[in-house]
Amino acid sequence: MSDETLPPALAEISEEFLAVGEPDRLQLLLEFSRELPTLPSRLAEHPELLERVAECQSPVYIVAEVDGGVVHLHATAPEEAPTTRGFASILVQGLAGLTPDEVLATPNDVAHRLGLGRAVSPLRLSGMSGMLARIKRQVAVRTA
Amino acid sequence: MPVETDSSDDKFAGYAHPERLVTTEWLEERLGTDGLVVVESDEDVLLYEVGHIPGAVKVDWHTELNDPVQRDYVDGAGFAALLSAKGIDRSDTVVIYGDKNNWWAAYALWVFTLFGHEDVRLLDGGRDKWIAEDRPLTTEPAERPTTRYPIVVRDDTVVRAFKDDVLTHLGNPLVDVRSPEEYSGERTTAPAYPEEGALRAGHIPSAQNVPWGKAVAEDGTFRPVVDLDAIYRDGAGLSEGDDIVAYCRIGERSSHTWFVLTHLLGFENVRNYDGSWTEWGSAVRVPIVTGTKPGRVPSE
Repeated sequence: MSDETLPPALAEISEEFLAVGEPDRLQLLLEFSRELPTLPSRLAEHPELLERVAECQSPVYIVAEVDGGVVHLHATAPEEAPTTRGFASILVQGLAGLTPDEVLATPNDVAHRLGLGRAVSPLRLSGMSGMLARIKRQVAVRTA
Repeated sequence: MPVETDSSDDKFAGYAHPERLVTTEWLEERLGTDGLVVVESDEDVLLYEVGHIPGAVKVDWHTELNDPVQRDYVDGAGFAALLSAKGIDRSDTVVIYGDKNNWWAAYALWVFTLFGHEDVRLLDGGRDKWIAEDRPLTTEPAERPTTRYPIVVRDDTVVRAFKDDVLTHLGNPLVDVRSPEEYSGERTTAPAYPEEGALRAGHIPSAQNVPWGKAVAEDGTFRPVVDLDAIYRDGAGLSEGDDIVAYCRIGERSSHTWFVLTHLLGFENVRNYDGSWTEWGSAVRVPIVTGTKPGRVPSE
């Protein structure tokens, strides 16, 4: 699994995390959580278009839209769940502008390539894997 | 020297051990007092960084109180190293607060209890109440001088139960604090926590289902003793002198109930089975009951 290569933007994010010491990785994750874009109003007004990620301990909702051969990701999670927001933000930034095939080829173990196992705990990281799995499933359904 | 207890709240007076709780008002007035250390312990590992009570140190249950390899808590040396680094003395009064109605705060308090830290209290209402009341927050990490916390052998015999203890306990009161769906066996995981599953679903025979949240009011504070008596004594049939074991999924929600039964209602023999459903529901040949009824303990 881990010899599969990450898409360029995710690879860059992964390098950013691995380049700093463990305590700073939490700060970096916090920065990502602050960068999660708010939902466009067409989605904010229609929350039923988003899917709840049950693997996450906090209420996080995502939608992966396919338009013009490109995947567009949107996600929302409450302010009081910064870790979950950080995970969502990493995926939104890391998968931006990819084709459906590229998203589907993204290695499933992305969450474990950020060096967060000790700083965050593996149990918490499984939420991020759940998000990626749901994104891929949505993309697969929408391109079928 | 321990800091004086909070006697400002009439509700506390009804509890068996009111000295185990403090109000947000009490805490704000005493921030910075010598001998008082405030500890934040959350489910979300980044919340402390977003903003915390000024001077509070962070203790993370997942990454700091657990052994990184074995499914167990840190040992005496590990706990001493952790508390020394956090700047906590053995004689300090520790007030713990956190998110999610103090789930993880209660879990941290219970782990402190395993090491016999004498004066450890919860902030009634936790992080959410503090924020709702617009009390001060800071993003500045607390800088406390390191201490020399002694190496204390962890005592697993008084407030902790292992699987074998639960097997011999069968026939005595058990409290399953999970959701009704987990209890009945419709699902093996908490509604939002599928990653912590077990292979089989249901509950330990004879366990009463009292979801942890029943002990908490809308504002996140503990319910007054009259309500707690109705829930646990009248409702779940617990009575004085009972030997009680509480469990959930990994022991965090049942730490909350352990706190209620021990410190608020004054039951003297309450243990938390931290292996909980993630162990019991995957163990070979342990009895399980499905459905909404407690069921019977199997005869030998």
